Parts: sequence; C-alpha cells; structure tokens
Amino acid sequence: MSETHAVHHHEPPSGFIRKYIFSIDHKVIGIQYWCLALAAVIFGMLLSVLMRLRLAWPAAHWSLLETIFPNGFDTAGMKPEFYLSLLTMHGTIMVFFVLTTAPMGGFGNYFLPIQIGADDMAFPTLNMLSFWTTLVGFIVMVAAFFVGGPIGGWTGYAPLSSAGVATGPGQGLGVDLWVTSIAIFCIGSLLGALNFITTTLNMRTRGMSLMRMPLTCWSWFTTAILALLSFPVLLGAGLLLLLDRNAGTSFFTPSIWVTGNLQPHEGGSPILWQHLFWFFGHPEVYIAILPGMGLTSQVLSTFARKPVFGYRAMAYAILAIGLLGFFVWGHHMFISGMNPMTGLVFSLITLTIGVPSAIKTFNWLGTLWGGKIRFQMPMLFALGFVSLFVSGGLGGIFLGQTSIDLFLHDTYFVVGHFHLIMGVAAIFGMFAGTYYWFPKMFGKMMNEGLGKIHFILTFIGVYCIFLPMHLLGMAGQPRRYAEFTQFPYLQHLLSLNVFISIAAIVTVTAQLIFFVNLIYSLMRGPKAVENPWESTTLEWTIPSPPPFDNFGGHMPVVHHGPYEYSVPGAPTDFTMQTDPEIAPAT
Amino acid sequence: MATVTTPAKPGVKSGSKVQSGGGNGNKRNGRGPGGDGPGGPNGRTPQDAYKLGMWLAVGGITMLFAALTSAYVVRYGEAQQDRTWGTFGLPHILWLSTGLLLASSITFEFARRALKADNTKSFSQWLLLTTALGLGFLASQLAAWQQLVTEKVFVNSNPYSSFFYMLTGTHGIHLICGILGLLYVAVRRKRYTANRRTAVEVTAIYWHFMDGLWIYLFLLLSFWR
Repeated sequence: MSETHAVHHHEPPSGFIRKYIFSIDHKVIGIQYWCLALAAVIFGMLLSVLMRLRLAWPAAHWSLLETIFPNGFDTAGMKPEFYLSLLTMHGTIMVFFVLTTAPMGGFGNYFLPIQIGADDMAFPTLNMLSFWTTLVGFIVMVAAFFVGGPIGGWTGYAPLSSAGVATGPGQGLGVDLWVTSIAIFCIGSLLGALNFITTTLNMRTRGMSLMRMPLTCWSWFTTAILALLSFPVLLGAGLLLLLDRNAGTSFFTPSIWVTGNLQPHEGGSPILWQHLFWFFGHPEVYIAILPGMGLTSQVLSTFARKPVFGYRAMAYAILAIGLLGFFVWGHHMFISGMNPMTGLVFSLITLTIGVPSAIKTFNWLGTLWGGKIRFQMPMLFALGFVSLFVSGGLGGIFLGQTSIDLFLHDTYFVVGHFHLIMGVAAIFGMFAGTYYWFPKMFGKMMNEGLGKIHFILTFIGVYCIFLPMHLLGMAGQPRRYAEFTQFPYLQHLLSLNVFISIAAIVTVTAQLIFFVNLIYSLMRGPKAVENPWESTTLEWTIPSPPPFDNFGGHMPVVHHGPYEYSVPGAPTDFTMQTDPEIAPAT
Repeated sequence: MATVTTPAKPGVKSGSKVQSGGGNGNKRNGRGPGGDGPGGPNGRTPQDAYKLGMWLAVGGITMLFAALTSAYVVRYGEAQQDRTWGTFGLPHILWLSTGLLLASSITFEFARRALKADNTKSFSQWLLLTTALGLGFLASQLAAWQQLVTEKVFVNSNPYSSFFYMLTGTHGIHLICGILGLLYVAVRRKRYTANRRTAVEVTAIYWHFMDGLWIYLFLLLSFWR
C-alpha cells in the first residue's frame, strides 16, 4: 500500500493567516514572490535614478536626498562612496531579488504545477519556507543599505570586500549584512530549486510527457538545475568571505596596506574569490534569462497562432545554454592575468553559446513567419524581448573575445550589454508574463490601451538609455566611477551621459503607467474568462482565478503537445492540450 | 495554413474541449485513493518525490563542498611558494570521530532494514543507537577543536588551520541538521512501518551522505598538505 495522504490537505485553508500569509498554496506563494520582486524593482529603480542624477549632474545638491542620507552628501554634492553604495545595492537587489525571484519564484511557482497538470508543487511547505527565507534575505539586504551600504559592486571583489572596515564607509557592518543576506538568499533559492526539479520530474499528469511540456516548464526546470548547482558555490564563497572579515582568516586577502595600515592578513588569493563568484555568476545570468526565453516562445506562439518553430530544438537549446553556461565563467576575468590559453578556451566556449542562442532567435522568427499576429500587450513585450535579446546578445559577441574585452572590460560597453539582456530583456519577459497571466491569476483583464503606451515608452526609453552606453564604452568611459568631468578624453561625451540620465528618468516615470494599470485592473478591471488569449496550455482550462486545488480534484489528461495552433482540419485555430476529440498532431 | 480567425475578445469561449480523468472524482495527482497500487498517472509516488528531493539536496551540498575543496586546492597551491601553509598534526580524536560516524551509518542501515522487514522493535533500538553515535561524533569534533585551541591553533593561525576549522565546522552544521532529522524520526518512531517509512529512508540518504562527506574531508585534510 502506498503512502497516500501525507502531502497536502484536501480541504481549502481557512483563516486569513493560512490563506494569505503562511500559505502553502503555490499560487499564493507565487504572488508573494512576485510582490516581493515588485517591491525590490521599485527600490532598485529608485537607486538607479539616484545614480543617474550623480552621473549627469555630479556637483548638484538634492535637498530631499540630503535629508534622508546626510552621510551621503557633503558640500561638493553626492559623495563618490555613496554613489558606489548605490550601485552596489542596485546591482545586488536587481540581480537577486528581481531577476532571480520573479521569473522563477513568481511565475514558475504559480504556473509550473498548473502547466504540468499537478495540484501543487512536490513540497508545498518547503515552498512556503523558501519564500519566507527569501523575504528575510531581502529585509537584511535593505538593512545593509541603511547602516551604510557596501561599496564593492554586486560582485564584491576581494580584497576590498574582505579586508574589513578599514577599506571604506559601509565596509563594516554593511558588507557583513550584505553577505549574510546573500547567504540567506542562496538557501531560499536552493530549497526552491529542489522543489521545481522534483515537481517537474515527478508530478506531470497523464499524457504530459517531457516533450509535451510547455517551453516555460523546460526553462523553469533547467533554471532550477542551474540554481541547484551554482548557488552552493556562492554560499561557499560567502562563508569564506565572512571568515576573512570576522575571523581573521586569509582565504581571499593578501598582505595589504589600507590607508597606511597593514591589515592582519596574508597569502590569500583575490583571484580565488573571482573564480568562485563567477562560477556562480555566470549560471546566475542564465537563471535570469531562461524563464523569459521560455515565456517568449509561449507568447509568440499564442499570439501568432502558430506552433513554436522547432519545439524540440528549442527545448534542447535551453538545456544547451544551461550546460554551456557552466564552462564560461572565465570570460568575466579575461583581464585578471590568467594564462592566455585559458582565456582562449573560455572565449571559444563563450562564443559557442551563441549557437543555441541563435537557434532560439531564429526559431522565434520562424514562429512569427506567416503567422496571423495579434498585437496585444503580452505579444508586444515578447517581441520586445526578442529585439532586446538580439541587441544585448550581439554585444556579448564582442566581449567574448579576449582581445576586444581587454579594452572593453569595466567600461560602459559591459554595462550596456548586461543591462540590455538582464535589465531589459529579462524585465520585458516579466512584463510579458504579467500581462499574459494577470487575467488567470486575478480574474481581471488589464487595460490594453495603458499597456500599449507603457510598452512604447519603455521600449524606446530603454534603447535610449542603454544603446549609447556601447559608444561610451568604446570611447573608454569606465564603469563604477561617480563622474567623468575630470577626464579630457571624455569631455565630448558628457552631454551623452546627461541624455542617458534624462532618458532614464523618463523611462522610470513611465513605469507608473504600469503600476496604475496594475492597481486599477486589480480593483476595477473587466472580468476575465477562462481563456482570454485562446491559448492551448493547461492553465487556460481552469477558471480565472483558479480554485485552491487547481483542477478541482480532477486529474487532467493530456492528448496534445503544447502549441497546436492552426492545425489543418481542426475546427478552431487552437487545440487545447487536453482536447480528447481531435487527433494529436504530435 | 489559411485558417481564418477572429481576434481574441474577452467574451470568446475556449475553442476545444477539456477533458478530465474520467470517473476519478477527488483523485489527486500521483496520490491515488487509499489502497491503490504503485501510484500516480506516471507510476510515480510521493515516496519517489521525497527521495528525489533528498538526492537533489545531496547534490547541492556536494557542490558546496566542491567549491570549498577548490578553494582548498587553490589556496594550497598559492601557499607552496612561500611555505606558509602551516601543517599541524590532526588531533587523534578524529579517528574516534570517524569510527563513531561509520558505526552510526552501519547502525542506521540495520535500523532501516529492520523497518523494511517490519521489525519495529529492532528498528527503534538501532535508531536510538544511531542517534547516540551521531551525538558522540559531534562531541568528539568539539573535543578536537578544544584540543587545538589549547595548542594555540586557531582559525586564523595559518591557511591549513583555517580550512580545518571551516571544513569541519561546515560539515558539523550540516551534521547537526542530520541529527535534527534523526531526532524527528526518533520521536515519531512508533508510527513507522514497512509501508510507512519514507521519512526514515530519506533521513538515511542524508545521514550516509554526511558519513561519506566526513570520510572525504578527513582524507583531504590528512593527505593533501
């Protein structure tokens, strides 16, 4: 006899706390993660606006800011150390609490079980614990900023991060809290990753073979494997860093004088930190982008009324990108003095990742070709994703070559590259996901008109912000500098920096349209039907919003692949995965 | 493909039909009604899920120690140039630690197999012995640390000592989680039977992994120096 009732309760939870606060329902947890990411992105965007203010107008005084952050300003304006703490917090919060949280924890948690026909994740209580762990991590991170934030960038290179308090303001408690927050985040992510993998492997409903899973599920599954294998390495590095800082060890810290004082360390290797960090850091950026790729495939297919071109290749490409992503971390370290042969190997493998990426891009175009395209909000953002992924990705081809990277490393070229990919393409993936799944999650439709304005302003805005950065980088403008007015060779580009700042302020302000749309639609949006987009996957077979056990106690049976649109001879231009009457195309 | 479609409007009904598993009422995926066979629609059971989850956790922890090992190897290589590695003799009590932990794995195996054979009394006894041995391991680890402190070998004395404390400490923290698992299973030992033993199986995977990990770390610290 098998163990039966062990996992979930069959009755819906009662009481406000069990329903909305300490819920084990993956849908509630998904929304909790999504809200956390929303709060984080607002905070992160505000930080970036403050950064851009400093860069465009270095000597300006901002009375409101000086009241909130008296230690961040002096008579000359915003202090450079404060700028550095802004950029450190901006990067850390965006990479961890937005890009790693919303696509996986938010949408993945909500829709993976439903899309594979399960009634919840494999480990619902663990799921709840993952969220609360992540939330605690966020609170600690925000605390780090307010005690005097770290100044070493989100990459926290040693020895700046490891030599302790002497290295600058915020380098004491601020860094310790920062590292602790990241360690807590690692644990939350690891718990989540094992939930995702187990759910995908164990809980697919009848007829849902791996090759019938929506590409979103493939992307979440691969992302979870990446997280499981890479976050522990960051955790290890963080542990060693905390020991260097607080126990006097010298894992990363060489003999070093700081402001004339010899620090009590010797023999450590700063390059070791870089290796450990980037061994995590590179898979991390694929963790940030893969879910967006999966969703883009789904949205493009739905709104072009065509199957995904080359579904199998798309699934394998996701796996290939994930796998290759573990072998390229050295491309962040080309200038570290490594053996040029090592650099060559990293470079070659880095460029090889272009192959599955290109396969995906061409297949997206193939999906669109000849389709009957519906330019609704989710589609606009998915198209935007493709555009931004190509723009940002092309920059990677330059950076992946050692000889070019020697010049472009730590310039604005890199900043433009990773922002286009992570800071915009991935965000567009999240916007697409929000507009696409909002009706299902909340039972209301978002406003189409506001969505279109949001899209146009954001799309143009982000190109205005990040494309010029490639020019700045090629001209040699370094990153992580609080101003450029003192460099004769950059004088002619100061106005471009002002332009970028203005574009940033406008674009961030345009996001208010999104928030207004969100809140208004939640309160007063028109009611959504079960399947407003005429999409084929399993989440569109259940009510909007879904009942607590997703499929009402019934087990869905899957007869079709995920993207059977415009099947010749079918009565409508979309065939639900669960339709028993039409013969399967795959 | 000349299919003509109308753009989606909120009022449009879903195009093709939806079918749910016929006649299954309140069946839960992979859960089956009580008394059924091996389980879910694809033959997978909740036990499989818990075991897979635990193996994945083992994979994650392995990656952590892989990272720490690579730090060890790199740092060791760096220290060779100026001979600052700082080897010292490992406290002999670590042999006792190893023996205790190995014994606890053996006793846990006896416990697990006893439960599989529905010999619940034997299971309880071996389980409690395992827990005691596990606690003994922890005590011997602390004794080893104590001994080093009296010899004035601290975490920041030299690279080797840093790694010693850090590796044994990290292993120890994970082992404490294993002890908590053992205690959880021990407190609830009366409810486990041959057909209801997933918690024991899963704790066994973790505990054996902790044992294997200790052997590995002990070998690393003993020979790579």
